[in-house]
Amino acid sequence: MKGFIIKEFFHIFRDRRSLIILFGMPIVQILLFGFAITNEIRNVNIAVLDKARDEASERIIEKMLASGYFVMNGYLETEDEIEPIFRKGKIKAVVVFGPDLDRNLTAGGIAPVQIIADATDPNTANTIAAYAASIVRDYQADINPNVTLPLETIPEVRMLYNPELKGVFMFIPGTMTVILMLVSAMMTSISIAREKEMGTMEVLLVSPLKPVQVVAGKVLPYILLSSINATVILLLGYFVFRMPMQGSLLALMGTTLLFIITTLSLGIFISTVAQTQQMAMMMSLIGLMLPTIMLSGFVFPIDSMPWPLRVLSNIIPAKWFILILKGLMLKGVSITYLWKEVLILIMMTLALIGISVKKYAIRLA
Amino acid sequence: MEIRIESISKSFGDVRALVDVTFDVNAGELFGLIGPDGGGKTTLFRILTTLMLPDSGNAVVAGYPISDYQAIRRSVGYMPGRFSLYPDLTVEENLKFFASIFGTTVEKNYELIRDIYVQIEPFRDRRAGALSGGMKQKLALCCALIHRPKVLFLDEPTTGVDPVSRKEFWEMLDRLRQDGMAILVSTAYMDEASLCDRVALIHQGKILTTDTPANITVTFGRPLYAIRTSNVYEVTRDIESYAYARTIYPFGEHLHYTDKREKPDPIELEDFLRGKGHHDIELTAIEPTIEDAFMELAETHSQILTQ
Repeated sequence: MKGFIIKEFFHIFRDRRSLIILFGMPIVQILLFGFAITNEIRNVNIAVLDKARDEASERIIEKMLASGYFVMNGYLETEDEIEPIFRKGKIKAVVVFGPDLDRNLTAGGIAPVQIIADATDPNTANTIAAYAASIVRDYQADINPNVTLPLETIPEVRMLYNPELKGVFMFIPGTMTVILMLVSAMMTSISIAREKEMGTMEVLLVSPLKPVQVVAGKVLPYILLSSINATVILLLGYFVFRMPMQGSLLALMGTTLLFIITTLSLGIFISTVAQTQQMAMMMSLIGLMLPTIMLSGFVFPIDSMPWPLRVLSNIIPAKWFILILKGLMLKGVSITYLWKEVLILIMMTLALIGISVKKYAIRLA
Repeated sequence: MEIRIESISKSFGDVRALVDVTFDVNAGELFGLIGPDGGGKTTLFRILTTLMLPDSGNAVVAGYPISDYQAIRRSVGYMPGRFSLYPDLTVEENLKFFASIFGTTVEKNYELIRDIYVQIEPFRDRRAGALSGGMKQKLALCCALIHRPKVLFLDEPTTGVDPVSRKEFWEMLDRLRQDGMAILVSTAYMDEASLCDRVALIHQGKILTTDTPANITVTFGRPLYAIRTSNVYEVTRDIESYAYARTIYPFGEHLHYTDKREKPDPIELEDFLRGKGHHDIELTAIEPTIEDAFMELAETHSQILTQ
């Protein structure tokens, strides 16, 4: 057993390609998802058409620029300039202040402020409009603290657990599941398939090693490597992206280890079927990666899927792990609230190991 | 007796890989399984090493029936036909690994492999994948021997190995046999048969004969002539039209000829060939080799099949 594990580490550290996949990819992916692929807005170029040119308009512009969301790109003189400046593509929104803004606001009337957004990207346009509107409303409330606004119901929306709606909070649990899936399931299935392809499995079979020992020897090094990866991702999330850690750290570590074992058993299961490295890789990519990305709730919300996909998502281990991660990190719930998700992962693991042990060939085909 | 094989048969679909194979190998015996590629040698090795189950028949290896795979896997050494070590591990790491999976250490059984290992020891830190063909096979032999098996299975160990390394390899097997190990080795090189204590000739899954190499050549039982010519193709065609011609096979640069009569007339054959316009021929009586015996037996075998 010890000899087998040492040998496995030699394989891993001497294969530069797999080493890059193992340790380079998690970091690159987290940074990519965290910084680049995000639906937050920042540094949006705006233009202003200010017909008021009074204190109020000046203050509002100041407030908008101070927020960090907007960057002033220039002033317009007339409405006719709005259309051409959008066409140039640099400007995402134009803010128009009507005349006599100051007076209108102090009187508690309706502020003649218009926000025109470029809706070629509808999500961004929505966000920009909402941000801009809330800044104007804030200003209005600032200058008229005592004036009761006309009686109307303004729903106050509170975003629980992620008040700033930071995308990265969603991406870190998601990326972590994808990476663990890739490292654990794909790498183990490939490394077992390699023994078959190279013919070394033939020699291993004609030895006193039991199937359980071969599989354990393959899996133990990857448990260690996957744990390192998970830790790196969590540390990046915590220190670089300020991901909150509300719940118990111990529960987080325990459930992460559980999910690693689930993915490893998936990898072993694949290797009982795949005869070549190529086949193992294809099966891992198509059979595991795609469903993990598409159906786990990582990219698309499960609740808005048609019912067949919703049902299908239940057999994706990643779905349950993402629920656990969100619960522990963002909501800070105790592990007892997540017993169902944990139990499902345990059952999946046991079933996969059971099938694999049964299917593991003690002879050549 | 370390290996006893009793009428083992195995088919893959319509292909009969092994047909009623029976023979024994004793302790301290170097036994050769000789036959061309596709003859069923690897299938027999896989059945004896418990990697495959036979369709019918029995075998006992190292005292255990082949159904008791765990006991057999502890007591045999197996070197598959394909290079089956880890190319990304060094010579020494491979050896250590195989020692560890058999629950032993290199030091404990170093005595057994020393003669072989000293030849590859200068390359102990080299990756196995970067070794030459002969070196690879020597390392594979060390790995198969490291747990001091009672029975050693070597499937075509000298295929693709240069002549010098082949010779060295057989010398090692000779020494191992003296230690009392039973060795079953397969080869497609007929000239290696004479290095074995006994051989079984295998062809299309059937054992043609089992005997000592010397006895097999004796049973050939008829005069054999080698014909040397620069025009192998034409001479073969012309001899086929010779009235007393029995067999004519190309053997390297020569042709091997047998006659239908008990006492052939070489002068007459020479005259016949001269009459056909071949003047550079050289006809000599020779002793039959294992390969001649194999061709002879394989021919009889396929005649029985076609009848």
